[in-house]
Amino acid sequence: MTNDKHIASAFDRDLEAVQAHIMKMGGLVEAAILDAARALETRDEDMAADVRSRDRAIDELEALIYEEGARLIALRAPTAGDMRTVLSVLKISGNLERIGDYAKNIAKRNSVLVQMSPVDGSASDLRRMAQAVELMLKDSLDAYITRDIELAEDVRVRDGEVDQMYNAMFRQFLTYMMEDPRNITGCMHLHFIAKNIERMGDHVTSIADQVIYLVTGEMPTEARPKHDRTSMMASPEAE
Amino acid sequence: MNDMRITEQRVDTHEIKFSGRDVHVYYGETEAIKGIDVDIEDKTVTAFIGPSGCGKSTFLRCLNRMNDTIDICRVTGDITLDGEDIYDKRIDPVQLRAKVGMVFQKPNPFPKSIYDNVAYGPKIHGLAKNKADLDDIVERALRRGAIWEEVKDRLQEPGTGLSGGQQQRLCIARAVATEPEVLLMDEPCSALDPIATAQVEELIDELRSQYSVIIVTHSMQQAARVSQKTAFFHLGHLVEFGETSEIFTNPKDPRTESYITGRIG
Repeated sequence: MTNDKHIASAFDRDLEAVQAHIMKMGGLVEAAILDAARALETRDEDMAADVRSRDRAIDELEALIYEEGARLIALRAPTAGDMRTVLSVLKISGNLERIGDYAKNIAKRNSVLVQMSPVDGSASDLRRMAQAVELMLKDSLDAYITRDIELAEDVRVRDGEVDQMYNAMFRQFLTYMMEDPRNITGCMHLHFIAKNIERMGDHVTSIADQVIYLVTGEMPTEARPKHDRTSMMASPEAE
Repeated sequence: MNDMRITEQRVDTHEIKFSGRDVHVYYGETEAIKGIDVDIEDKTVTAFIGPSGCGKSTFLRCLNRMNDTIDICRVTGDITLDGEDIYDKRIDPVQLRAKVGMVFQKPNPFPKSIYDNVAYGPKIHGLAKNKADLDDIVERALRRGAIWEEVKDRLQEPGTGLSGGQQQRLCIARAVATEPEVLLMDEPCSALDPIATAQVEELIDELRSQYSVIIVTHSMQQAARVSQKTAFFHLGHLVEFGETSEIFTNPKDPRTESYITGRIG
């Protein structure tokens, strides 16, 4: 990719503006992840309600980015690196919007969970997992704005760690539910939260993929190691 | 999965029509083309793009020896058509130009009737045995130029009375009337409105089933729309040559990228 300016300077301004929206959206989504997880650990209903209400701003930014992307395609007919930039903002804004939805869903489940007794240590485990994903998101956005494919590759690898955390929690919840059926309601919600965070990691990985596509013109072909084994698990014991 | 993809850009054959090896062109002391190697395929639209003065038109004009008409112009290296050296002494440039037709930037019909515009080439090359034969050739060429329906009732009217877009299609019909194998087009749409441009582009796509078409264009979007192969020229060099879809999504040379994305090259 070349960093030279376009002859039409308005084109540069448009591309910069739409990427600035992505960074702003990313900031809102990072805060939503951290706050949803903190509200869960501290059993803070007000903070959870706040996360839910802030999702609208994220959705609005996605709509704005979509509109601006469409306008750039119609008016500028972007090619090569410019075209990949436009495609990447469209895709990344979609990923960010989904991550925002998962954070909102975590905040929703919070209001059920605060009415029950906490399940041993699981809230802080989930928070650690959420922090790991938030850091991956931050790095993927840094990689995006600095066009750093090494950092993007690093994010892709770290998604494996999130998958491992999810596997462990899946087992843990199964154990708790088998021990005492009264744990089932809480553990069901906690499991959905863990799954939400695991899915966030997949969307972050997709952002990292976009960085690689944007810089190299090719999607990463090398398959990432997949570590989510829960679809094959029948009992809490490790195979 | 392949059949799910956009097939329009697919190249049907990989037979080489034109081949250039170490081609240099000089205008007096000035070197306009600085050593070009290229293979141009049959039944394919190849677009030449590049900034003004990059040598793309000069190179195009080498392919039917139009540069012969310029006294100070000198061409070195090899250019072959179907393996035959077109600069060989035994090659008659007039015969060559019947095989390698050309359409220019501005529609330039002869100040004659529509019929005579098209009939002129076949007549001088002796392609028609009699009047009925000539009528057939003219109709076929006008149909191939996608203008027959519009002019069939007024073949004796002057060609210069047609609209710009119609004139250009008449010129294309005139170029194909001698049954050429290659069609060279030097900015064929730059004087046309968008509708006429779309008609000519549609025509180019149809012509590709029979000819090798080489088009010089300043419109990047036109190159992207009509061609299967794109060659990017810069300062007398052929910088990059490849599949059009590849050049416009992921060019390998930063100069190509700068040019097609509208940055200073």
